[in-house]
Amino acid sequence: MNPLLEVDNLGKRFGGLVANEGISFRLDDSQIVGLIGPNGAGKTTLFNCIAGFYPPSEGSIRFRGNAVAGLTPPEMARLGVARTFQIVRIFASMTVLENAMVGTMLRNKRVPVARQRARDALEFCGLGGRLDLPAVNLTVAEQRRLEVARALATEPKLLLLDETMAGLTPSEVQEAVRLVKAIQARGIACLIVEHVMEGIMPIADHMVVLDYGRKIAEGTPAEISRNPAVLAAYLGE
Amino acid sequence: MTARRRNIQVVAALAAACALPLAVTNPGHQNFLILILMFAQVGVAWNILGGYAGQVSLGHAAFFGIGAYTSTVLLTHAGLTPWIGMLVGGLVASAFAVLIGWPCFRLKGHYFSMATIAVAEIMQVMFTNWEGVGGAVGLYVPLKDQGWEAMVFNTSKLPYYYIALGLLVATLAANWAIEKSFLGYYFRAIKDEPEAARSLGISLTRYKLVAIAISSFFTALGGSFYAQKELFIDPGSVLTTALSIKMALVTILGGVGSLFGPVVGSLLLTGIEEVTRQVFGGSGQGTDLILYALIIIGVAVFYPTGIMGWLKQRRFLVAEVKK
Repeated sequence: MNPLLEVDNLGKRFGGLVANEGISFRLDDSQIVGLIGPNGAGKTTLFNCIAGFYPPSEGSIRFRGNAVAGLTPPEMARLGVARTFQIVRIFASMTVLENAMVGTMLRNKRVPVARQRARDALEFCGLGGRLDLPAVNLTVAEQRRLEVARALATEPKLLLLDETMAGLTPSEVQEAVRLVKAIQARGIACLIVEHVMEGIMPIADHMVVLDYGRKIAEGTPAEISRNPAVLAAYLGE
Repeated sequence: MTARRRNIQVVAALAAACALPLAVTNPGHQNFLILILMFAQVGVAWNILGGYAGQVSLGHAAFFGIGAYTSTVLLTHAGLTPWIGMLVGGLVASAFAVLIGWPCFRLKGHYFSMATIAVAEIMQVMFTNWEGVGGAVGLYVPLKDQGWEAMVFNTSKLPYYYIALGLLVATLAANWAIEKSFLGYYFRAIKDEPEAARSLGISLTRYKLVAIAISSFFTALGGSFYAQKELFIDPGSVLTTALSIKMALVTILGGVGSLFGPVVGSLLLTGIEEVTRQVFGGSGQGTDLILYALIIIGVAVFYPTGIMGWLKQRRFLVAEVKK
């Protein structure tokens, strides 16, 4: 069976700066893959390549068997790749419900349908009681969940979560963990960039570790936490 | 506000607008009312691109001018009624808008605005030197036919008033329909967070082109109407950057991205223009511009969402207090 996502020898350079080099990994249906690494390791660049925001300089990306490197973000969204942003980018002039409606409109442009589906996505993410609030009035934790709801509203096969748990309190992290498990239970795969280890380690089926733009390790969370190269990257030699 | 109450308000406002010129019989005053409606209409048209989609154009005079010239040339050369010439002008403006929008939308923010100024300035220079459409001398709308078919009325200003009102209502209705459809959501998404919009499957270029095509169509209708009302056009009157700026100003003052914002803005701005003209006369030329500048500074500093935004905010606060 084809993997859902297959990244092969991916490289991204900005002029002389190498942000990603020779990165390969795969991700199967309904799998949760954690992507970790120190600051500046190239995690967000890799995200941007997969979501279509950057064309890769070399290597290939296959999504459900099709070569997708170089496609635009709208094309990737249509194929079934949705993402959140490291710094939240909610639509500030809209209510919570309207934010999610923009996501659902990818699949159905009719407003009443969009409204119903958006309501479902928000309910699922625990924002059912906030529908008509201006989105800017939400707490940071709620805004992050709104981004997740908005991404889910596009009916993706793969969800890219960029530091969704950063800055959350321990109980909010637990809520986020539950949400990711629930998303997985719906048959949606997740690729998660995360610094919050207690958030990602318990839920990831597989981990990929980057440092200086290269993959330095890969394996189950238990294997990763014993890997000497990973410990060196995080703690110094 | 309930939908029912809003409907009643809209019908009442429309009835008042229909009755108003019957009470105001002085032709000068009637002309003033027509100007208010006209600038409200082009402001509403500008708002589709500049307000909802957030792409601030300072070159909309190009579309206004295309509308004015297309209907007038079709009338003088082919004898086509301006009612049809107006629609042709709108379509020509839309096609032109898509053509220039395609490269201009590669620029963001202020750079896009500057590019639109350049486009309109180039248009003005081209038309000034294009003898086929009257060059710097301009074009006259022939007076030999009068009445509704020719859209020329010499004896009364009233028909012009009702045509301007009809155009404004049509443009408002189009905006309302856009606001309620997925396009309204997409335009606001593009304005708020373009990168997030892309990640949700919205092609920025495609929907900005949709916005500019609709916006320029209605702006051009305003241009054709202007030609029929003034019976004379030249590059200095229908293709000038001052006109582009006024379209943006009425909207910014009244409320960017608000349906009725440009109507309120036009009421105030056209009012200021006429009052200063009468009070200061020829010696006070430019007084209105000084007042414009003060208003814009005031709006930008204190109420960036314009008068409508300010009213909405007040209503919201009052409702909160009542709770």
